[in-house]
Amino acid sequence: MNLDIPSIRTDFPILSRSIRGKQLVYFDNGATNQKPIEVIERMSDYYRNINSNVHRGVHFLSQIATDAMENARATVRDFLHAASIEEIIFTKGTTESINLVAHSYGKAFVRAGDEIIVSEMEHHANIVPWQMLCEEKGAILKVAKVNDDGSLDLDYLNSLFTPRTKLLAITHISNVMGIINPIQQIISHAHQNGIHVLVDGAQAVPHTPVDVQTLDADFYVFSSHKMYGPMGVGILYGKHELLQKMPPYQTGGEMIKEVSFEKTTFNELPFKFEAGTPMVAEILGLATAIEYIQRLGISNIEAYEKELFSYANQQLIQIKGITILGTAVNKASTISFNLEGIHHYDLGSLLDQMGFAVRTGNHCAQPLMNRMKLDGTVRVSFAVYNTTDEIDLFVQGVQKAQLMLL
Amino acid sequence: MKIEEEKNAIIEEFELFDDWMDRYNYIIEMGKTTDGLSDEFKTKQYLISGCQSQVWLTAAMQEGKVHFKADSDAIITKGIVQLLLRVANNRTPDEIVNEDYSFLDKIGLKEHLSPTRSNGLTSMIKQIRLYALVFKTKESQNNN
Ligand SMILES: Cc1ncc(COP(=O)(O)O)c(C=O)c1O
Repeated sequence: MNLDIPSIRTDFPILSRSIRGKQLVYFDNGATNQKPIEVIERMSDYYRNINSNVHRGVHFLSQIATDAMENARATVRDFLHAASIEEIIFTKGTTESINLVAHSYGKAFVRAGDEIIVSEMEHHANIVPWQMLCEEKGAILKVAKVNDDGSLDLDYLNSLFTPRTKLLAITHISNVMGIINPIQQIISHAHQNGIHVLVDGAQAVPHTPVDVQTLDADFYVFSSHKMYGPMGVGILYGKHELLQKMPPYQTGGEMIKEVSFEKTTFNELPFKFEAGTPMVAEILGLATAIEYIQRLGISNIEAYEKELFSYANQQLIQIKGITILGTAVNKASTISFNLEGIHHYDLGSLLDQMGFAVRTGNHCAQPLMNRMKLDGTVRVSFAVYNTTDEIDLFVQGVQKAQLMLL
Repeated sequence: MKIEEEKNAIIEEFELFDDWMDRYNYIIEMGKTTDGLSDEFKTKQYLISGCQSQVWLTAAMQEGKVHFKADSDAIITKGIVQLLLRVANNRTPDEIVNEDYSFLDKIGLKEHLSPTRSNGLTSMIKQIRLYALVFKTKESQNNN
């Protein structure tokens, strides 16, 4: 199905605003993308008409709020095709989801001398929690390598697997290069070696269909704000049997069954991992964002973004002196580049003056920058509301900036 | 030129520009044409690390005035550094410490001074002040 992009654009109020007198061109979707009006209205409606604490009161509003939140959980389950709603944990975002797993999985499964594997292309959020865990437990952090073309070195990855390897934490799609990892194959190899896999899906979920059961992922994590939903909420999907064996992350209200001063017993999944009053408005906003994606069709979004991506790639490579980071073929919606003799900060500053929102710097992936021997790049990342016209404008903008800087 | 005169001179220079392109072309030109630091000074010791661009800064005291030299890996940052140094260079430590460098707001470069921009400029201003304070302390110790 062909998407009606002009009509989709009108769903996003922010797209009609101008920046320094110029029409905003928003190409920083990898950092966070924009919200359709229905998401904004859902959150506002919650505070206008429903606001009440969940899972506690017997009163009318509390019931409605609780039902709405649990329906949202069912929406997420459906979106990921998870086996049960007990496997869907609401967190603050990708970062918190990973910290939760590092903490609770670490407590249950990781001992001194065990090994955890991450890759060179991870976001810092999928490196530092594992580093801390390894330090605390006396475990060993191993690092899977990236090839010169930006793809993961799969042979090397497989060579890292040992009987002491407990978990592999790996991104589905690179936030810097847009490289898509063959995640299903990676998970299958890891499982053959008795290794659990956490997939950082922050850059995948907005762009491509994800079925956690087909992937057979043990943990799959992502943030709402990168998929047309509000900031402040994210998801941890975990297999029931693993979550069951893991101790709570934070403790307090909501997550307990019985509390006495001698002993506290914890609530059932998923509540065991959701201590305290949750961010109900954000959770509802996320559910509405998922419904929005489902209405457009994630496969339609993927197909359209592929067109945008190919077009942008074709246009950008014609700029003299451009190098695109990561030349591997399997990529999605994100392009990182540099121009010869030009610092990414300079290019980014001029593009900003022209009304383009792009990201510059190391993209919270310093190990990848070191691997690629760069201090940074300019990154454009697309969403369903972007257009080839915007890409044309952008390419002209880059050329103009290049003239000024060289 | 006194510190106030220098700032006013810069503001007047920028008033001549019609649009952002003129302003940035001027800064870029300044970044390109001013001598930076030689490689022996582009070391960790003099580095003010920003996440986006890096600045190197050296300072020396001569006859009661502080002399700075600076460089950056990004041209725009380097150009703005030169503007800051026109104001801060060859001043007494007291003048340097008391200056707030907000003249950059008046010439449309405010965003480059935001701490979240992490281009090294905010840290550079801190470092300029710190050098001035150190020289001032040394001076008063010598006088005692
Ligand atoms: C691949 C990847 N992982 C993790 C994160 C962190 O996400 P959040 O800041 O929403 O927790 C990001 C966001 O930049 C990302 O792109």
